[in-house]
Amino acid sequence: MAAKTARNEGGPLRPLSSLANNLPALLLRLGLLSLLDAWGIWLVYRFIFDGAGTLAAALAIVLLFINIVFLRGAAMPLRWIAPGLAFMLLLHIYPVLFTAYTAFTNYGDGHLIEKPLAIRQLEAQQYLPENAQVFTWTGFRSADGQYALWLQGKDGVAYFAKPGEPFLSPGQVLGLGPLDENNIPTTIAGYKRLGKKELFKALADLQGQKFGPEIGAVQVKSLKEAAQLQQRYVYDAAADAMIDQSTGKVYASVDGTFTAADGDILRPGFPTSVGFLNFKRIFTSPQLRGPFISIFVWTFSYAFFSVLLTFALGLFLALVLNTEDLPWRRPMRVLLIVPYALPAFISVLIWRGMFNPILGIIGTTWNPGWFTDALWAKIGILIVNLWLGFPYMFLITTGALQAIPRDIYEAAIVDGANGFNQFWRITLPLLLISVGPLLVGSFAFNFNNFTIIDLYNRGGPPMSGTPTPAGHTDILISYTYRLAFAGGRGADYGLASAIAILIFIVVAAITLFNFRYTGMLEEVSENV
Amino acid sequence: MSSSTRIASLRRQKRISIAWRMAVSFLAIAFALLPVIYIFSASINPASSIASRNLIPAGANFDHYVQILKNTDGNTPFLLWMRNSLFVSLTTSVLVVSITSFAAYAFSRFRFRGRQPLLKTILLAQVFPNILAIVALFLILRQLGQYYPIVGIDSLGGLILIYMGGAMGFNTWLMKGFFDSIPRDLDESAHMDGASSMQTFLYIILPLVRPILVVIFILTFIGTYGDYLLARVMLKDINHFTLAVGLSLFVSGRFSQNWGPFAAGALMAAIPTLILFYFVQDQLQSGLTVGAVKG
Repeated sequence: MAAKTARNEGGPLRPLSSLANNLPALLLRLGLLSLLDAWGIWLVYRFIFDGAGTLAAALAIVLLFINIVFLRGAAMPLRWIAPGLAFMLLLHIYPVLFTAYTAFTNYGDGHLIEKPLAIRQLEAQQYLPENAQVFTWTGFRSADGQYALWLQGKDGVAYFAKPGEPFLSPGQVLGLGPLDENNIPTTIAGYKRLGKKELFKALADLQGQKFGPEIGAVQVKSLKEAAQLQQRYVYDAAADAMIDQSTGKVYASVDGTFTAADGDILRPGFPTSVGFLNFKRIFTSPQLRGPFISIFVWTFSYAFFSVLLTFALGLFLALVLNTEDLPWRRPMRVLLIVPYALPAFISVLIWRGMFNPILGIIGTTWNPGWFTDALWAKIGILIVNLWLGFPYMFLITTGALQAIPRDIYEAAIVDGANGFNQFWRITLPLLLISVGPLLVGSFAFNFNNFTIIDLYNRGGPPMSGTPTPAGHTDILISYTYRLAFAGGRGADYGLASAIAILIFIVVAAITLFNFRYTGMLEEVSENV
Repeated sequence: MSSSTRIASLRRQKRISIAWRMAVSFLAIAFALLPVIYIFSASINPASSIASRNLIPAGANFDHYVQILKNTDGNTPFLLWMRNSLFVSLTTSVLVVSITSFAAYAFSRFRFRGRQPLLKTILLAQVFPNILAIVALFLILRQLGQYYPIVGIDSLGGLILIYMGGAMGFNTWLMKGFFDSIPRDLDESAHMDGASSMQTFLYIILPLVRPILVVIFILTFIGTYGDYLLARVMLKDINHFTLAVGLSLFVSGRFSQNWGPFAAGALMAAIPTLILFYFVQDQLQSGLTVGAVKG
């Protein structure tokens, strides 16, 4: 051990290869790195532009990390780890941190897009003012059906306007034909002037379009007249408010929504920090607290009973089969772990079919309400999970039983212990020492076992009188899912994230305790 | 009591013991196999909506298999789901194995500043299951999808990307442990002969650690193949579904009328993992019990 540690001190095992030997490799590396950087920086820029500032920051940090690692010779070993770390940072650690942040915001329906985007969308809205500049217009149509307008202002100035493009003065128009007595061109290259008949047909189309640049576009008002639109809302950064140009009304930014003094609001809103509001709602709002407490209790009891039942059955079977002179022991073991080899999503659906009151082998003979009664639905889930989980427990306890030394039992028999005593005083305590951490792990797994809950009955039967979509068999993770993604009651990412944070805390506590117990973390320092 | 009667009584005790053990085992096996037998029976039952009391129902045939493979009703592109599932699981597994084997090699063979904190961080990050961050993952994909639809919401690429986020963790640990068991003299002599670290890794170490690569590959495959939550959140279009999401549709629709085709589909969907399980069962048992027999 001492020799081993001595070798581990200091630097890499061999000198890093010198620069000169690897010039082509270096150039290749720099080339690939600059390509990655160019792409990454563009993406960071886009993220910032679209208001995804935190994602931009996360990506920038990862880029920086990759650059340091691939440019500094001393960081050479990290190059091997960089791809994995990049994925982990961007798609595991960042999402977790972002969830923590979201828990303190009102992210959700009505507050979906980031503030800069929301402002941009609002500022893109236009209106037709009373005193708008008015033009008389003449319609043109290109060969591929695109419309364009020839506009004449009161002051005699003329423009040619296509949708989404800047106005053209007559001098800028290519292929302008001769003007008629009203100063309207008879022909324009690529376009056909619309006659009276065609005009009537096209009017509806024309009125639905905006001609000229995005801001300050011209819209057809009547057969003769077109008027210039104006931007409706202007953002006042100093006051953090939107001002309606048509009425002069001021919409101040309140909790992620631009709200006027009379309560009028502008859509879309944007997410904003709400402090501990989401957590406060969970614990104080009577409609939320009811389902939350009941779901919280059920999550714990579900995970606890799942582990207890599967462990009890698995251990019992392991003991039953733990006799060497039992015939067909090996084939029986293989048959017993069949449920473990089926993907869980299939097994749960099969059981759902078996409980089905119309066609199921169980449901048709005995149906106390496998899906409709709150208690029996829970019992059904525990039965299904017992079937899914006992083979795992059977496997690990079989292994652990074989590791218990025989001579302990022999000594116990000499001391007069019967089978009952042997089990409770020797087998179980010794087994729990070795299998205990796996039981804790199983508890943590079932704590977030979304698959079985959602596939069994979508969390149902539903609870009545709750403002959120909650069911009697929902556990915290499926409740979170329903808050965020399902149900017609609107997505509430903020609240969902707050609950996810609470689950994080529970699972982290369980797992850290488990690491403590197994000494997994200590192993890092002892192990090579 | 004479010794012969004692032996006879012991024998009898033993016979009783064997008898009740066999009885219990048969009961347990019946419990374990009941759903499988039942679903098989349903899959060959021509009457789709009625539970049969016989194992082999009257007029048994394989019409349901044909029906779901041919997608006769138009809403169950089973083969497409199967292809999606296999594509996602295989791609993810290959990527996970390659990325983690590089990382595990570095952790096992190089000594560098920050190595231990990094190893601990990787393990601790796993404490926070990424399924709890589904909202954030959803939003990331939505953002990315605006520029690259191939990794956006409702894309298999995006789903693979998310699975990759959870790739490091225990996989790196498991692998590093195995790498540590390969003697370093091998690397050192390769280095003496002028091999670079990359060459040593590719030609000397990788062939030796193949067992752990296979185990990680299969565990990742089984994990992604069976994932329901992430796939359910990220995929929207029925043609992009994986098997887990696709087969769950049977629950919402008129289950009783789809029962036969579902049974056929479920059995076929189980084939890939059953094959893998068959190959990996011994490694799996030892791998699962490593923690158990260590104490």
